Amino acid sequence: MQVGKEKLLWMYEKMVQIRYYEETMASVYMEGKLPPAIQKGLAFDIGAGPVPGEMHLAAGQEPVAVGICAHLTDEDTVVGTHRPHHFAIAKGVPLNPMTAEMFGKVTGLGKGKGGHMHLFDNAHKFSCSGIIGASMPIACGAALAAKKLGKNWVSIAFFGEGAANQGSFHESMNLAAIWKLSVIFVCEDNHWAISVPKTKATSVEWVADRAAGYGIPGIRVPENDAIQVFEAVAPAIARARRGEGPSLIEIKTDRYFGHFQGDPETYRPKDEVAGLRKNDPIPKLAQMLKDKKFMTLEEESRIVLEMHQLVDKAFDFARKSDYPSAHDALQDVFVNGHKNTRALV
Amino acid sequence: MKSNRILTMAQAISEGIAQEMTRDSSVFVMGEDIGAYGGIFGATGGLLDKFGKDRIMDTPISETAFIGAATGAAAAGLRPIVELMFVDFFGVCMDQIYNHLAKNTYMSGGHVKLPVVLTTAIGGGYNDAAQHSQCLYGTFAHMPGIKVVVPSNAYDAKGLMIQAIRDDNPVMFLYHKGIMGLPWMAYFEGSSNVVPEDPYVIPFGKANVVKEGSDLTIVSISQMVQKAVLAANELAEQSIHAEVLDLRTLVPMDTEAILKSVRKTGRLIIADEDYLGFGLSGEISALIAENLDTVALKAPIKRLAVPNVPIPYSRPLEQFVIPQVANIVLAAQELMLKKLPLLAAL
Repeated sequence: MQVGKEKLLWMYEKMVQIRYYEETMASVYMEGKLPPAIQKGLAFDIGAGPVPGEMHLAAGQEPVAVGICAHLTDEDTVVGTHRPHHFAIAKGVPLNPMTAEMFGKVTGLGKGKGGHMHLFDNAHKFSCSGIIGASMPIACGAALAAKKLGKNWVSIAFFGEGAANQGSFHESMNLAAIWKLSVIFVCEDNHWAISVPKTKATSVEWVADRAAGYGIPGIRVPENDAIQVFEAVAPAIARARRGEGPSLIEIKTDRYFGHFQGDPETYRPKDEVAGLRKNDPIPKLAQMLKDKKFMTLEEESRIVLEMHQLVDKAFDFARKSDYPSAHDALQDVFVNGHKNTRALV
Repeated sequence: MKSNRILTMAQAISEGIAQEMTRDSSVFVMGEDIGAYGGIFGATGGLLDKFGKDRIMDTPISETAFIGAATGAAAAGLRPIVELMFVDFFGVCMDQIYNHLAKNTYMSGGHVKLPVVLTTAIGGGYNDAAQHSQCLYGTFAHMPGIKVVVPSNAYDAKGLMIQAIRDDNPVMFLYHKGIMGLPWMAYFEGSSNVVPEDPYVIPFGKANVVKEGSDLTIVSISQMVQKAVLAANELAEQSIHAEVLDLRTLVPMDTEAILKSVRKTGRLIIADEDYLGFGLSGEISALIAENLDTVALKAPIKRLAVPNVPIPYSRPLEQFVIPQVANIVLAAQELMLKKLPLLAAL
């Protein structure tokens, strides 16, 4: 499937937006977390600042998200990982409530109860989980629902290469295969499961090869390139929409930041990231768009400016939003007004 | 419709599911051996013939995958009933149960609705040892996000099942194997009773006073309710009048019913087949302790539960650790003789 100009520009815009989002978050995240503002003796305070808690950023992994999501509609489901921003943005989750959620604000997607690893947007059928390998069973369920409802909706289970060694991976692949569920299992191989390299943790070079064990197609995408991802996944999406069952896609991608912000990254060679950035997929795509005359220099500047403005506005919205009131913590354990007071015990 | 038909608990559960499946096409069942077999403990008996394999789905032995799939399908608008064959098997799928099914509603700020009924078999008494005999309802009640339903008889089971399916939240429905009325396992006959044919619901959080009494309160749940009733009958012959309270659901729990009964009797036995430590019996004791300004105890609280050991295999060992009718009778007799020393000194 050849990717047309419109999709190419969409992918470029989204990649620019994602990259700037992650870079902005990397900077905002560090606010208030460093000496001298924090407890004496600490080098870093994870619970301080406007965006507290863990923060997993996906700069470098944009091609995976946009190459897949370019095929999707609002009716298709995406279940992401603990590193979810690129998936959420590519799926169309609005930036304002998404960012407010990370700031813990009442205007957030989950009214501040989820945080950055737990983003839920029903309107765009997006969710994610902080648990490794958890996306796959849930994506199977969404596909099962589509099948029961007689729809050709697909669901995407994103997971890292480390998750391919979880039981949930094997159970879900088998379940989706026997029930011919419209799931695309998408493995983002960024080479590192926190500090453990794939070579030391995984029995095969390509997770995609494991598809053979479940009798489903396995597709290798060797380059961190949005167009390659888009084209490689097209037959898998078409197969799923025809009701013929799941596929497993593996994409070699790169993680520019640490596992989490504040990760000292003592486990990876000092010059690794600099080397990876030489192969940055965003300028590559920009160049290709210009070479093909799909985008002028002026249009490129306008796109970059617009995408940056959207992100800046979202951060501004999040900062200016209110925190929930403390007692809101007792709400929403159950839906339909079931108050979670101690009487519920 | 007037009917005096008596059903086993297994039949009542299956009838409740069937009626809801007929009423609501979004309801379906998934689990191991729930189709042609009808559920190892009969909870889905006859459903495959009625509804076919697209709605009564036998699964591979992949609890993480199919319980997670229930969460995904519920988020997408369906109402799955999913069976974990024995509650003891929660270890292979607890992440999907507890980190996802139980938490996604909260973490989404109430935007994600997960109407899933997770059915599972509990309880011992038939020498199945430590990995197939636990109750564990206290474990699930301890952790927020799942409603916990534990019926003691067929009538309640049907009404509670229909209520569970109609609830928009995750519900764990734990049925004790020793009250299902299975043809291959001894059961307490009080658990099979008259079940109306028409659908009906029993609301959650409403305890049932199974037997009224004035001398002491026995708070109980599941099969232990049947034991408590037998104990109360025996005690009545000795002119000790026990009130038997069936909680029916642990989340939500009918705290008012417990307080009301203990205020009346002044004495409390908690008869529980779950573990003693950090569980149901401790929770109810704490409830009383926190309300001592309005509850006048005449004797200390007595807790009967499984001492903190895994369930042993051998018959004398198992019968010893699981509270029996005789233990309840003895505890009641002792409680009638006890006094609160500090009160006595006043």
